[in-house]
Formats: sequence, C-alpha cells, structure tokens
Amino acid sequence: MSATATEIDPNVFHLEEEPHHEEGSSTMLGFWLYLMSDCLIFAMLFAVFGVLGGNYAAGPGPKELFDLELVAVNTAMLLFSSITYGFAMLAMDRNNQRQTLIWLAITGLFGLAFLGIELYEFAHLIHEGATPQRSAFLSAFFTLVGTHGLHVTFGIIWLVTLMVQVSWKGLIPANKRRLMCLSMFWHFLDVIWIGVFTFVYLLGMVR
Amino acid sequence: MSADNNDHSPESHDVDHLGHEAHNHGSFRSYMIGFVLSVILTAIPFALVMTGALPPQATALIVMAFAVVQIVVHMIYFLHMNSKSEGGWTMLALIFTIIVVVIALSGSLWVMYHLNTNMMPATHEMSQMSS
Repeated sequence: MSATATEIDPNVFHLEEEPHHEEGSSTMLGFWLYLMSDCLIFAMLFAVFGVLGGNYAAGPGPKELFDLELVAVNTAMLLFSSITYGFAMLAMDRNNQRQTLIWLAITGLFGLAFLGIELYEFAHLIHEGATPQRSAFLSAFFTLVGTHGLHVTFGIIWLVTLMVQVSWKGLIPANKRRLMCLSMFWHFLDVIWIGVFTFVYLLGMVR
Repeated sequence: MSADNNDHSPESHDVDHLGHEAHNHGSFRSYMIGFVLSVILTAIPFALVMTGALPPQATALIVMAFAVVQIVVHMIYFLHMNSKSEGGWTMLALIFTIIVVVIALSGSLWVMYHLNTNMMPATHEMSQMSS
C-alpha cells in the first residue's frame, strides 16, 4: 500500500513476534480434544444399541448368547492393563527406562489377552449363528463392541511402536509426551469398556 | 511390586505461569486407590447380575449407578482430570462432551421409544392377522 508498510503498518494489530510456545506444549490438550470426539463416536454407537438393543428379530437375545463369566474375566484384563500402564507412567516419572518398558510389555500382554477373549467370544457367537446380519440387536452389538475392540487393537500397535521408540531413543521429552498421550487413550478405552459391560452385558442380562 | 518405591515429591509437579502442569501422573497411592475402587465397583454389579439377588428393576438401577461412579473414579485416578490441567480447558471440553452425549443419548432413546410404542398397534394387528 504505502512505503511506510515496512516500518509500522497501522492496519496490522498482531504482535510482531508470535509468543513462543514450547514444542509439544499443546499436544496434551489436542489429544484430549481428540478423545472427546472419539467419545462422541461411542455415544452414537451406544445410542444405536440403546434403540436397537431389543430388536432380536425372533433370534437369540443376550440371555442366550452372553457368558458373563467370560465378560468378567475380560473386564479384569482391561482393568489390570490400566493399572500396569499406570505403573509404566510412574516408572517413566523416575526416568527408569527398563521398568517403563517392562510395565508397557505387561500392559500389552493384558491388552492382547483382552482382544483374544473378545475374538473368542465373537467367533463363538458367529459359530452359533448369531452373526451381525442376524438381527438389529446383533448388528448394534457387533458394531459397538467391535469398534471398542478395534480401538484396543490400535492401542496395542501404538504401544509396541512406543516400546520400540523408547528402547531406541530412551525417555526423551518427545517419547514421554507420546507415552502420556497413549496413557490417556488407554485409560479412556477402559472408561468406554465400563459403559459396554454395564449397558450391553449386565443390563442385557436383566432386561 | 517394584513400583512402590516411588518417591517423587510434590515439588516436581509445579505449575508454570501459563497454567500447564509439568507432569501430573498421580502417585502409586492414587493409582492403587483407583484400582481397588474400580475392582469393587466392577465386582458388585457383576455379582448382583450373576446371582440375581435383587429384582431386575433394582438391579438395573444399581448397576447403572455403579457405572457412573466408576467412570468418575477412572476420570480422577487414572486420567487425572481436574479443573486446573491445561488451564481448565480439558475440563471445559469434558463438560461440553458430557452435555452433547447426554442430549444425544436421552434424545435418541426418548424419541425412538415413543416411535416404537406408537408403531406397536400396527405390528400387533399384523401379528393378529397372520395368526
């Protein structure tokens, strides 16, 4: 516009220099916002299950299909994995790389046990003819529980990735930040599972 | 357990002037409190449903109440939610999410329940016709 623009432009009101943010200082908040949006996905799937959960289409219902003892074992696996991840974070706070990796590995094993039991349950249901195509109840069930299982699967992949990164680069700030994000993700999945075992399995049995 | 020798002091959890907490991962004690509470809050609903000790209506209400309490326990002891982390923005996002979730869930269930009951006579007639 004018020659004075290089000096002080009266139309520009922002600071000459952006305030300096430490690298990754907004990562935790950003990841929390992602988790909240993920929460909305699960809320929609819960709503679908709540609406369609009673439509058995003359097929099998929760009482014929669900094995609560198996679900209880599954819940225990996820709960154990939550506390062992907590121990990994405490080891990380002490900058103890070896213990962090050990606790992460134990967490991963509990996660795999959870997935294994869930896949066994799914295979059992499908073998009995209770496929997702059988009724609206089963479609909603497989979508909701399957989405949670998919999250756990990606959580385990992420966990293994971080274990490799930590063993290569050590507990550098970037890796600590990543471990903290996965920590939130992992505990968040446990929170979702509380909703699943309560509304799908337990309330399905008393419905 | 090898994790019980944690000795990090509260000084290491200083909050800087921007309101970002340095690192609040809780302590061994807080994780154990959360874990024990979660075990109790999980075991009781499972036991109630598996034994069928109470009438279904009461069981359903108690099970749902335990779920809500356990979610809060997880939020506090595992996810370390508080009103101060990230300058209060995580709490604000959480409250907003809860509002949206409550509206979506209650709205869906309410509308679809009434849709179902109002559709009932038609399906009822059909089943009468076919029988």
